[in-house]
Amino acid sequence: MKPIFGPGPSLQLRLLLAVVVSICLILTDANVGAFAKVRLYLHSAVSPLQYLANMPRQMMDSMSDQVMTRAQLQQQVAALRQRELLSRAEQLTMESLTKENERLRALLGSPLRRDNRKMVAEIMAVDSDPFSHQVVIDKGSLDGVYEGQPVINDLGVVGQVHSVGSTTSRVLLISDASHGVPVRVLRNDIRAIAHGSGELNRLDIPHLPRSTDIQEGDLLVTSGLGGRFPEGYPVATITFYEYQEGKPYADVQAQPVVALERLRYLLLVWPESSRQ
Amino acid sequence: MKIANSRSVVSASLFIALLLTIIPLPLGVDAYRPDWLLLCLVYWTIALPHRVNVGVAFTVGLILDLLLGSTLGVRALAMSIVVYLAASNFTRLRNFSVWQQAMVIGLLAAVSKLVVFWAEYLVNVVHMPENYFHSIITSVVVWPWVFLLLRKLRRQWKVT
Repeated sequence: MKPIFGPGPSLQLRLLLAVVVSICLILTDANVGAFAKVRLYLHSAVSPLQYLANMPRQMMDSMSDQVMTRAQLQQQVAALRQRELLSRAEQLTMESLTKENERLRALLGSPLRRDNRKMVAEIMAVDSDPFSHQVVIDKGSLDGVYEGQPVINDLGVVGQVHSVGSTTSRVLLISDASHGVPVRVLRNDIRAIAHGSGELNRLDIPHLPRSTDIQEGDLLVTSGLGGRFPEGYPVATITFYEYQEGKPYADVQAQPVVALERLRYLLLVWPESSRQ
Repeated sequence: MKIANSRSVVSASLFIALLLTIIPLPLGVDAYRPDWLLLCLVYWTIALPHRVNVGVAFTVGLILDLLLGSTLGVRALAMSIVVYLAASNFTRLRNFSVWQQAMVIGLLAAVSKLVVFWAEYLVNVVHMPENYFHSIITSVVVWPWVFLLLRKLRRQWKVT
């Protein structure tokens, strides 16, 4: 009969080694910032697997594109044409408003706001790690994606880039328990920070005094403080406000304007300041 | 020749288990995804403890950490511990009936989930989702079929 574990260290020793190495890894990964560079290479190394895992869905998608009927396509084209017409019409006034805004800002002596460069990214896989809300997108450092880059979609803020590989990167969603966005209430410019709650459809706004003028239904937009998210993108609407006697702060919850469980296409934003 | 053959069969099955773990699923079903990697690793540990044990588990766990974007080393730790438990009791586990094995698998899956949670809890802000432990049930239910399939593979290719 074969020797059970062959030559080499005993099973216990192997376990000890594995435990020590993995604990060291966990601690360095959590505490040493320079480790992100190592992660980039490791991340790039495993990204082919992610492309492979994404293939079945991609095939399904292309198949459902193939089997669309002519009538459906015509309908779609008509709907899209109408939408384009509408958004063009809106853009007409938009342009004159932007000009006006620029002139007013110049009069006030405040810095001009310029359009940000954007790029469309597609979600490849939704992360199945139950503790963090992340998605993987199909753009990486080769496309100019950088760590901490804001990510939005057509409705509002989605999150920020968390780690970058060469062809894929991870986006941390605003609902992640470790994420916070500086926001202001659109109605009256009260500043706050929207923390992720660990649930996809809820953000917490802690440390608001009881006297704060905030109501259910208020829209929160990014305040631009902190310099990471550009100013003015919608983040969430207040869904719950309560103050209990004796507590130091009010209990405020908000719902993200983006349906975070149904993401498909995202926009990467390059804010003006980061290009300089 | 034979060694090369067995290596390729084992690594191919682990590769497929990894893919099944990261393939996107709808949100409602996602919590019930069986722990494919654990099932596959434990099978090979029981069948070939001299080939697949803590070292392989550590490596595969590390790859899974990278794929899931969690703190590096968390699943490597969990998989090493689970496979150690399986490898040190492999003679006993081999003699169990499939359903008894499935119960043991449930225990091992629970251990791995707990270790992952504790390790994440030490370094990060984490909340345990309510349905965190639900996938243990699916792992238990799926085990007999994984076991039969992998045993068929092992016999067909004479993996030793």
